[in-house]
Amino acid sequence: MYPSRFRYEAPRSLNEAIGLLADGGDEAKVLAGGQSLVPLMKLRFASPELIVDINNVPGLAYHQADADGTLRIGALCRHSDLEHSELLRSTQPTMAAAAPLIADPIVRNRGTLVGSLCHADPQGDWASVVLSLGGSVVAQGPRGRRTISMTEFVTGPFENLLEPDEIAVEAVIPPAQGTRSGGYLKLERRVGDFATVGVAVSIETAGERVTKAGIALTGVGGSTIAATEAAAALIGRPLTEESINAAAELAAQAARPRTDHRGSAEYKRHMVSTFVKRILSGANHGRASSGDGGGTERAA
Amino acid sequence: MTLVYSDRGDEAAAEAPVRRIKFTINGQKKIAEVEPRLLLSHLIRQGVGLTGTHMGCDTTNCGACTVLVDGKAVKSCTMLAVQADGHTIETVEGLAGASELHPLQEGFREEHGLQCGFCTPGMMMAAKALLAANPDPTEEEVRWALSGNLCRCTGYQNIVKSVLWAAEKLRAQSAG
Repeated sequence: MYPSRFRYEAPRSLNEAIGLLADGGDEAKVLAGGQSLVPLMKLRFASPELIVDINNVPGLAYHQADADGTLRIGALCRHSDLEHSELLRSTQPTMAAAAPLIADPIVRNRGTLVGSLCHADPQGDWASVVLSLGGSVVAQGPRGRRTISMTEFVTGPFENLLEPDEIAVEAVIPPAQGTRSGGYLKLERRVGDFATVGVAVSIETAGERVTKAGIALTGVGGSTIAATEAAAALIGRPLTEESINAAAELAAQAARPRTDHRGSAEYKRHMVSTFVKRILSGANHGRASSGDGGGTERAA
Repeated sequence: MTLVYSDRGDEAAAEAPVRRIKFTINGQKKIAEVEPRLLLSHLIRQGVGLTGTHMGCDTTNCGACTVLVDGKAVKSCTMLAVQADGHTIETVEGLAGASELHPLQEGFREEHGLQCGFCTPGMMMAAKALLAANPDPTEEEVRWALSGNLCRCTGYQNIVKSVLWAAEKLRAQSAG
């Protein structure tokens, strides 16, 4: 399959890329990893007239922590960079759990976290992870830079808040005030399939007490769902069986699953609750790491 | 190099923008003139004429088209040929030496790692990237590393054995 014809530009700087986008208007698209965009173009679901390939723009492949612990993930940081990151393993349990579950290992070599956020697929895993951590996206355009909270960035299925002449240059995860734990669990029929259900849970504790919590759901609604009431149920007290069960129940209520070939709505809702419990039980037993808080489940 | 396209009636051939790219494939330097919408898999198969890279699903699922770009496994149906400009590509044809097979190829022969053979080039290239990064993988690590490559015949059992066979031989070679 061939994409329809387009003009291709491979700028060497962000400013040049932004200038090209400004010229291209609505008909221009940024190409980073291309693991969603190229298939969409081949299937002719997307037919941009101009492709601005940012792979030759230097200085975007990073992921690094500022002195205060703020994590920044550049637009060309690949899923595989995050999968093998010591920094994530030691400081970002939810992200470390999710990274090996994105698509498949070969797609992970090219696809990017920032691209995945921009693509805004309701079944994209990273949007839930970043949402649970209170993260944001930094957009750069002719008028400068602005930071857009992940709660506002996605405006609907496959829609985001970027202006046509803006590039999402990095994702930002705020620093933890307390001790961070959490995980990401994904139910998928086979590697590379979209999530039947995905659940991201990120919490911070000071002593025993939960001081901050985020729960977000993948694949059980028209777009990524922030289960804010479920997260709020955890705050201000230690993790107990009671609080975990309450959060799990509220998360299941927040889900808006549809019955399809991947499972019934009831089944998906039940899995949301189960995953919240599993991740938080791991955190409660001091095992909240990528090993225990994350994993993939195969449906029978 | 000239690429000949089928006329699908949606073309305005005279207006087709063409870009000149330089790349290295299996150690040979090449120059190509490509339309931006040409996929890397098409460049390899139809442009360079290396048909060992197979196209199965053409939708980023099956991994039959896997090649190495700068040493990393990539689904060549999901990368534009223009993006190969300045990069190094390895395909299944680059595995064997002048007179002997690559240990991965030997492994697939010894352990019956293929039946119809369609997925095999992709499996071998994904395995090559794995073994370069992890020369002594566990069976589970091999399975995860190949999880982006589909095989409809074997049930994967012998493919995994083949890769482990190759890993052992490569380790023995580098030790010797």
